[in-house]
Amino acid sequence: MKTAKGDVEPLEEPFSEALQEAQKQRLRAAWKTPTGWRYWSAVNNTEVGVWYTATAFGFFLFGGLLALVMRVQLAVPDNTLLDANTYDQFFTLHGSVMMFLFAVPVFEAFSIMVLPEMLGARDLPFPRLSSYGFWCYLIGGVFVCGSLFFGQAPMGGWFMYPPLTTQYTEGYGVDIWLLGLSFIEVASIAAAVELIVGVLKCRPPGMRINLIPLYSWYILVVAAMILFAFPPLIAGDILLEVERAFDWPFFDPERGGDPLLWQHLFWIFGHPEVYIVFLPSIALVAMIVPTFAKTPMVGYGWVVLAAVGTGFLSFGLWIHHMFTTGLPGVSLALFSAASEAIAIPTGVQLFCFIATLLVGRVKMKVPMLFVLGGFSTFIIGGLTGVMVALVPFDLQAHDSYFVVGHLHSVLIGGTIFPIIGAAYYFFPLIGGKHLSEKLGRLSFWLMFVGFNVTFVPMHLTGLLGMPRRVFTYPEELGLGALNMASTVGAFILGLGVLVFVIDVFRPKKNQPYAKRNPWGAGTLEWLAPMPDEAWGVRSIPEIDSRYPLWDQPNFVRDVDEGRFYLPDAEEGLRETLVTSPVDAQPIQCLRVAGPTWLAMIAAIFTGGLFIFSTFHMYTPALISGALAFVTVVRWLWTGTAVIPEKKEKHVGLGLTLPLYRSGPKSVGWWGMLIMMLGDMTAFLALIFGYFFYWTADTDFVTADTPALDTLWPAVGAAAIVGSWLATYAAKRLNRRTAAGFYGAIAVALGLGALGSWALLRAPGALDPTAHVYPAMVWLLFGWSALHAIVGVIMQLYCLARRIARRMDGEHDIDIVNVTLYWHFVLVTVVITTAVLLGFPRLL
Amino acid sequence: MIDDTQGPEEETESLWWLTVAPAAWVAHLLASYATVAVWCAKVTDRDGALGDARWMVAAYTAVALALIGWVAVHGFRRHRFGEGVRPHELDTPGDRHRFLGFATFLLAGVSAVATVYVSLVVVFIGSCQ
Repeated sequence: MKTAKGDVEPLEEPFSEALQEAQKQRLRAAWKTPTGWRYWSAVNNTEVGVWYTATAFGFFLFGGLLALVMRVQLAVPDNTLLDANTYDQFFTLHGSVMMFLFAVPVFEAFSIMVLPEMLGARDLPFPRLSSYGFWCYLIGGVFVCGSLFFGQAPMGGWFMYPPLTTQYTEGYGVDIWLLGLSFIEVASIAAAVELIVGVLKCRPPGMRINLIPLYSWYILVVAAMILFAFPPLIAGDILLEVERAFDWPFFDPERGGDPLLWQHLFWIFGHPEVYIVFLPSIALVAMIVPTFAKTPMVGYGWVVLAAVGTGFLSFGLWIHHMFTTGLPGVSLALFSAASEAIAIPTGVQLFCFIATLLVGRVKMKVPMLFVLGGFSTFIIGGLTGVMVALVPFDLQAHDSYFVVGHLHSVLIGGTIFPIIGAAYYFFPLIGGKHLSEKLGRLSFWLMFVGFNVTFVPMHLTGLLGMPRRVFTYPEELGLGALNMASTVGAFILGLGVLVFVIDVFRPKKNQPYAKRNPWGAGTLEWLAPMPDEAWGVRSIPEIDSRYPLWDQPNFVRDVDEGRFYLPDAEEGLRETLVTSPVDAQPIQCLRVAGPTWLAMIAAIFTGGLFIFSTFHMYTPALISGALAFVTVVRWLWTGTAVIPEKKEKHVGLGLTLPLYRSGPKSVGWWGMLIMMLGDMTAFLALIFGYFFYWTADTDFVTADTPALDTLWPAVGAAAIVGSWLATYAAKRLNRRTAAGFYGAIAVALGLGALGSWALLRAPGALDPTAHVYPAMVWLLFGWSALHAIVGVIMQLYCLARRIARRMDGEHDIDIVNVTLYWHFVLVTVVITTAVLLGFPRLL
Repeated sequence: MIDDTQGPEEETESLWWLTVAPAAWVAHLLASYATVAVWCAKVTDRDGALGDARWMVAAYTAVALALIGWVAVHGFRRHRFGEGVRPHELDTPGDRHRFLGFATFLLAGVSAVATVYVSLVVVFIGSCQ
């Protein structure tokens, strides 16, 4: 194995046994999981990841039960088990739960659990953020699902099209969907930030970008996709909720609105979403296949092409969900062409997997059964996908059961089968014990047969003319036999899932622990002893290969004996290494946070803000929001940018690393950058909406539209530019003198406050309920003002930090990150003002 | 001969290269879509001819393919750097450099094909209908 000159080797001689034991004791103490009721204050990936994954499976089972009841209702014609309203709630929740509460969260959950292990890191960089995300998800998910038991569940379908959901739906269902799921989307974005920073900055030393596990390539791509796909949906949610709550007519054609904008925003999210769900499962396959083929992945570079290429192309397909909306044929054709193109990277990765299996000698264990079953099912779904990507075919099949058959083939074949396979594969990492090979095979065959008996007939019922989302059908249509087959199949599929659940929960007390690295895999997560320790990895290894457990001699011994980095926790603190993004050169020893209740409390109060708002109880909502704010400030104040007791630390193998870094070398800066890229995407989605109204409607701005006063927008924009400059100056001056910092930040605060106030006044006397144009003006200025106000709060925070000596000339993470935030405020305000003042009037 | 364990410094390398060609594809699609949408809504009507909009899309295609081609050449050169051959899996700066070049090159390839796919639409379709 060839390595670079000067590559670091593990210690030649081990530490003495006594020292090794002492090191282990200290590591154990630092990473100790809280016990008793304090267990729930844990934030470590090993706990949060397991809760998160288990919760996602819980929602999966709930969604599956809903599906079974629906299948009973559809088993025979003219059935009366469920009435139309209840059935509508069932199918809406089934889709929403499976997509928002299972498919996306399960990948985040699983990645939080296993990614640090794969990267030989002790934890991800922001454990409290993961924990906050988990609690938000749990609260939001229970809220949304619970609505069913009060007969208040949403019933507009998982994509909630207006005007059905604005003018024709009574009750709280739509609000529960909009606010409950927006709340969860925030958690998804939090997880995306964590995973991107994890993959780029927390790899083990020497794991260059050409050596990282394929799983992390996929996770990087998917997390980036979440960052650009979810914000348009959040923007759409804001528009729809504001219309429902305050009657601003974004989707009301009577007052210039346009329901099609919702479809655009939803599907700009919704199509990438399909790949956000699919790629992580393929990532699991990319870990399972080489292990069972006993050979490295064939075409690693090609798989990277597939991951990155699919990530991009998936954003260019959204209009293929809108082929029947009456857009010009030429627009449809552009997206049809793009939809065909995505078959290329998707096919490439499947060929790489098949080639790997052909090169190796495959052991047909349960995980491989699920992988191969998934392949065959997914390929069928992919081919019907190519069919519905063609406009003339889609015009016939749209909104029929053919589409239901297609999408379930893709999602169950591409996602569920690999996930269950991965559960069998990775299960020993959680409790140290295997699931049963026998029950696994039984579960697979039941699921595989059940799946096909359920969904193959649906293609036919669809072609025979059965529409989606109907609660019953008349006998004369002759669809009874096919529907009965689907129902029988659904129960066989459900039985397969039940066998899996039994396998997970059956008592394993008398079962021996699995042997270490039970499948003979080559990647780092299998370093874990059975059962595992909470510290993640005994010492952080130096990596020379894509499959270090196969290729690096004495690797496990060297890790176990602490011959690599950070074999000790001298100060009793939780530590991991931060490395550079391309070559994984160590650049910092990062202290990560330990157990806290703050994340959970912040999530509860954030939940209160959303849940009270759903029922228009705005006073408790605001109180809850204020308490969430206070909790988050306390969390930031006590737990972030902590000045360490010494500058540097010896981390082993002759390497000394700084304990504090700011700017692009720090993880917090990356977290802020990534979060704000998501925020900017939501803003651009709103700007897209503004231009969309202009192209779609001739009366968006007419001669009669009241003119926008120039004064306040101009004052607002000028003050914000000034505040941005002063913030930047405060960052620079802070490194020289305290006085310079105080002077600059005072100017920044004054101008920021003035700018926020002016932006709030900018819409003047325009009435947002009168027409969509004033509504957009209010929304965009409101969005800008909100960002400016948050920016002012951040400036105040920096001022307080400096006064409290938690920030100084050398330790300046806070002001550096706040300056980065202000760059985004600047862009937001300048674009808003330029567009609203300049367009379309100046054309 | 270049020593394989040597290679360009990490600071000269950028992951952003991977995204340039696919981003060119995205820009091409969005520009084409915006052009025909505005054309069909504002310049002509739903039964009108695409006319000059076709040439505009052709121009975007030329620009996008030129950019993608440039990225591809850049990537291919890095892929052929020094003496290494695929699969570029060694723990050396040279192999890291070659790997990123190879991935960039492949992404340029798929982006070029997808761009051509999209541009073919205005070859076959001449109206807003």
